[in-house]
Amino acid sequence: MKTQGWKRFLSSPGKIAVAIAGVFFVVALVERFTGATDITSSGASGATLRFAIPILLAGLGGLWSERAGVINIGLEGMMIVGTWMGAWFGFLYGPWTGVLFAAIGGALTGLLHAILTVKIGIDQAVSGLAINLLAVGATRYLSGIYFVANGGDISVSPLVQQPGTFSVPGVSEFLGAIEEHDTFFVSSVAGVLGGLVTNVSWMTLLALLCVPLTWWILWKTEFGLRVRFSGENPVAAESLGVNVYRVRYIAISISGMLAALGGAYLSLVASAVYREGQTGGRGFIGLATVIFGNWRPGGVFSGSLLFGFTDALRVRQAESVHAVLAVVAIVALLFAIYLLAVRRRKGAVVSGVIGLLAGIVFLQVEVIPDEFVTFFPNLVTLLVLVFMARRLRPPAMAGAKYRKGEEISE
Amino acid sequence: MSSVIEVAGLEKRYPGVVANHDVNLRVTKGTIHAVIGENGAGKSTLMKALYGMVKPDKGTIAVEGVIQSFRGPQDAIAAGIGMVHQHFMLADNATVLENVILGSEPKKFGIAIDFELARSRFTEIVDQYGLAIDPDALVGELSVGGRQRVEIAKVLFRGANILILDEPTAVLVPQEVDELFGNLKYLTERGLTILFISHKLQEVLEVSSFITVMRQGTTVASLNPLDTTAKELAELMVGRQLPQARPTESHVGSKRVLDIHGASYRPGGGREALKNISLSLNVGEILGIAGVEGNGQTELVEMILGIIKPDEGSFTVLGKDGLKSTTRAIRDSGVGYIPQDRSRDALLLPEPLWANRILGHQATPPMAKGIWVNKGQAQIDSERIVREYDVRTPSIKVAAAALSGGNQQKFIVGREMAKNPELLVAAQPTRGVDVGAQSIIWDQLLLAKEAGAGVLLVSADLDELFALSDRIAVIFSGEIVAQFSPSETTPELLGLAMTGAKTS
Amino acid sequence: MNRSRIFWGIAAPVSAIAVSLLLASGILLLQGASPVGTFQLLFSYGFQPRNIVSELNQASAYYLAGIAAAIGFKMLLFNIGIDGQYRLAVFFAAVVGGAVSLPPVLHVLLIIVVAATVGGAWAAISGFLRVKYGVSEVISSIMLNFIAAGLVSYMLNPNRLGFQAEGSQNVSTPAIPESGWLPTIEVAGGRLYLFIFFAALVGVGYWILITKTVFGFNLRATGISFRAALSSGVNAPRMVLLTMVLSGATAGLVGVGTLLSDTHNYSLAFPSGYALTGLALALLGRNHPVGIAFAAFFWAFLERSAGILDLNGIPTEIVTMMQGTIVISIVVAYELIRRLNLRQQQAAVGSHQEESKEDDK
Repeated sequence: MKTQGWKRFLSSPGKIAVAIAGVFFVVALVERFTGATDITSSGASGATLRFAIPILLAGLGGLWSERAGVINIGLEGMMIVGTWMGAWFGFLYGPWTGVLFAAIGGALTGLLHAILTVKIGIDQAVSGLAINLLAVGATRYLSGIYFVANGGDISVSPLVQQPGTFSVPGVSEFLGAIEEHDTFFVSSVAGVLGGLVTNVSWMTLLALLCVPLTWWILWKTEFGLRVRFSGENPVAAESLGVNVYRVRYIAISISGMLAALGGAYLSLVASAVYREGQTGGRGFIGLATVIFGNWRPGGVFSGSLLFGFTDALRVRQAESVHAVLAVVAIVALLFAIYLLAVRRRKGAVVSGVIGLLAGIVFLQVEVIPDEFVTFFPNLVTLLVLVFMARRLRPPAMAGAKYRKGEEISE
Repeated sequence: MSSVIEVAGLEKRYPGVVANHDVNLRVTKGTIHAVIGENGAGKSTLMKALYGMVKPDKGTIAVEGVIQSFRGPQDAIAAGIGMVHQHFMLADNATVLENVILGSEPKKFGIAIDFELARSRFTEIVDQYGLAIDPDALVGELSVGGRQRVEIAKVLFRGANILILDEPTAVLVPQEVDELFGNLKYLTERGLTILFISHKLQEVLEVSSFITVMRQGTTVASLNPLDTTAKELAELMVGRQLPQARPTESHVGSKRVLDIHGASYRPGGGREALKNISLSLNVGEILGIAGVEGNGQTELVEMILGIIKPDEGSFTVLGKDGLKSTTRAIRDSGVGYIPQDRSRDALLLPEPLWANRILGHQATPPMAKGIWVNKGQAQIDSERIVREYDVRTPSIKVAAAALSGGNQQKFIVGREMAKNPELLVAAQPTRGVDVGAQSIIWDQLLLAKEAGAGVLLVSADLDELFALSDRIAVIFSGEIVAQFSPSETTPELLGLAMTGAKTS
Repeated sequence: MNRSRIFWGIAAPVSAIAVSLLLASGILLLQGASPVGTFQLLFSYGFQPRNIVSELNQASAYYLAGIAAAIGFKMLLFNIGIDGQYRLAVFFAAVVGGAVSLPPVLHVLLIIVVAATVGGAWAAISGFLRVKYGVSEVISSIMLNFIAAGLVSYMLNPNRLGFQAEGSQNVSTPAIPESGWLPTIEVAGGRLYLFIFFAALVGVGYWILITKTVFGFNLRATGISFRAALSSGVNAPRMVLLTMVLSGATAGLVGVGTLLSDTHNYSLAFPSGYALTGLALALLGRNHPVGIAFAAFFWAFLERSAGILDLNGIPTEIVTMMQGTIVISIVVAYELIRRLNLRQQQAAVGSHQEESKEDDK
């Protein structure tokens, strides 16, 4: 539990604020010079939020499951279930009914995973994979039966009504005006903030509420304490009368429910249809967010913003992507200088190399090809995992098989 | 004299094993009552039945005169019984308070935890019973004695007035043992009853009011410590005369098999696990490394085997530079290794015995022929080991997991001896092993010495160290703090040295 | 191999298939279709000689995916990266094959070698990240799959390594000259890839490696108990890396059969999804080369015969769902059997101990 240099830095709120302001400043500068004004537009930040939410929900789902001690690779499959249920029931009865049924479907799928891994005791990764396989097959099958007759086809549902959106009155217009004004730095800030309060879906709000709710349940309630112990030392929990099996069933069902909600968001909010392959690996990125977030809800939230941003880049203007490289280069080099100042030479070198590489690519390449942008979030995920390797505190027994004990003593 | 616990005719069977049969126990209120027996005698099963973790097949358990039928630990807790486990049931990543209240959380609004109430109750108990622990410390940061106090606080928090302790002193140094016994006496003065399992006869005689002996699953005697001796207890435990280690003459040769100079090791850049260690070992002698587990023995052994590399210092193994050698090279050159944790480090549990014969020897003949594994030879030699070491198993094709700890260990010893190693590293070789197996293993270690091996015996068992070693070095906090010859010291002095106290 | 082991070895897959047949029947009934009729259709279509040949061809690809997964499994490594390894490997093999001209046998060998090397190298990245940084190979290989797909898309462009015929919309790699073709055998009205024999050889090689060599022993030991392997002298990190490389190299061979005997170039029409299939087959076949062979054929049979379902108004996805339920059922079955087996063994040891205690007295 030694707090390393930069972690201490990050954990002081004042310093975080300074860092964020600094990054903004750099971004604003780059925007001026490259003319790529889209990075901090309200469109970009709104898109970031929209792309972040599914990953956030999947990540929270992964968090719940791993905190209880079970690794859930089936998150992708549970998301798929959510996309389908959300779209179909949304089409039939309206978007919020779709959300409800998505949640139910996800919870049931989670329960399946729980029974397979907890009660029967099969390998957690295998169960997850099998669920992914089943989800793909089942949704295709059901699409064939239900969608085709209703104006869709086997891979696309009929159009679905979307849940309502809201804009914070007054604030939204105010920020919009500042953004229009195009003043250096201030407009950028206004742009980012504006995107967060304009035309925000109610479902986004619901999803964001899940973060403090998760924190509260896991750290402040009896059930949450038992969930955490099921992941840290299930034998201990059992010895104190906790029914670890039952706790895991519930936690993993919640996990499935959250992932499915993430899926429903994709088919109801981010778009207005179910499309085969819509989840695009976001369930797995959600798993990565859990690791990135060091198994804490706040961390998962930050991770989802980061990955959401890289995801959003794919659909924004090409210059933005290019400009982001410049931002990365400058920030990384500045950070390297800071690390040198606090004598963390190794970190400084790494940061410096990243900065140089990003800078070189920025200068050499005009336009990043589409195909590269497609796998950009995956690449970032990989890099993040590599660099986070040392500082992680996973639940001690996550992934380990736990059988309620009739053991022969020695 | 009221019986607070009365067990009659208890029986419990598992597939292939009768853990308890015809077990009778009577515990008086306000006393410290010890239950002793060797490994596999059934003590743990009895305790688990008392604590509700295991349901007996036959027999009765009565608490304060009322016959109980526990469906689980909660029922036992409700009846006032609290279990302090040998292997602490704690979550390192959670605070002391969280660990203590789990399962009995005081609540507000029905689902939230009332931390203020929990905290005040906790402080009340800790003050009343004289336990010194900080509720907000992370359990992972506490010392072993501290963690044990958390375990005790756990049961007291739930209103236990009967405490069951399973081998409480197994991981404590003598100083902490005294502290613990002081705490226990304090508790009995306040009307609580203590039941504890141990195999450390001296301690049992010192602290308990009554002793019950178990052997092969049943209770064989109940005595007052004032009326008996350690020797008598041991014989009751075993059912026959104790084996004595044979006295031997010096066999020390001139060839040096192990030479360590100033080795230091700091895992992960943190605290020093090994500090400037210097040791040497020749053929024909047994060097005992005495120390309570967790003082650097594991790191020392792993360093010698090439699994970890020291940050400073140097060492040679059988004449070869240890800093440059891989584990494989070291093992191939004739180093035998009996690891401390046999199920994790010495065996492939799901594999048959003959496959386990190959483990550790798979790179050279006779177990390997070039790149091929020599299954035939492995099977032949496994049969030999089973015969010569009295390993109880129906066949060599049985999975290693199916054997008892003692038989597994005998097989491992037999395997390592098969190569006539010049250096044998044996870490806690008779831990968790029944007396019969222990005597066979002790004999083999002495035979190895006589045949010209140097044996590094890492142990926390003072009897073992005194019976086998030619020299004893004490390791504490990663340093060698003393070196003795067994004839120059007593177990008490040795025990004291193991706590780090300076001895002249 | 005594009889009871063979019995239990077969009992699990058979019961798993039976369970999934039952479930599929249930779904069909719900839809108003006749289960018996459906299965009859599947059988009669799937076992037509010409279809059997094409199933065998497809099975050879599945088989290699299964062996690749099995190599990983023996070390408790999940190589989900089979998808990315296969894609990159077959792409580069096609590019290299189309770019040179060598005498026939050498040309074919070159293509095979390139495929295996590229697959192994891509898998090595996952292995390296796992060994050096502790990154789960599950997540890293999934990410690498996406990256591989993107890279191949990028390169499969007429301006780079791709080739577009006049007036055609399809981009593929340049065609491999005939010296790089592997002939097929005309049998039962179909054309059987010779590659299937090569795939069988790979399976045999896998089995010999795993069960008879010291390397195989070390590999299995590391998968069973990391620490025991370390103490016995195995260089565990190197083992992880080597295993991923071997698994990736085998995965790289998955598309080579089609490349050598059918399309003679690579295009986006090449199938994907081999990772899940490979893992499922390894599970079904219990990591045994013969088991995986049966499973691979069964899988290919299901997929091929599903084609007839569509013409009869039954959604082909019923087959996908059967596949999913088979995977679950089989793993459940194996787990339950494993526990039964251990109990039996413990009982045997226990009664042996009772007897020998009698002898002691």
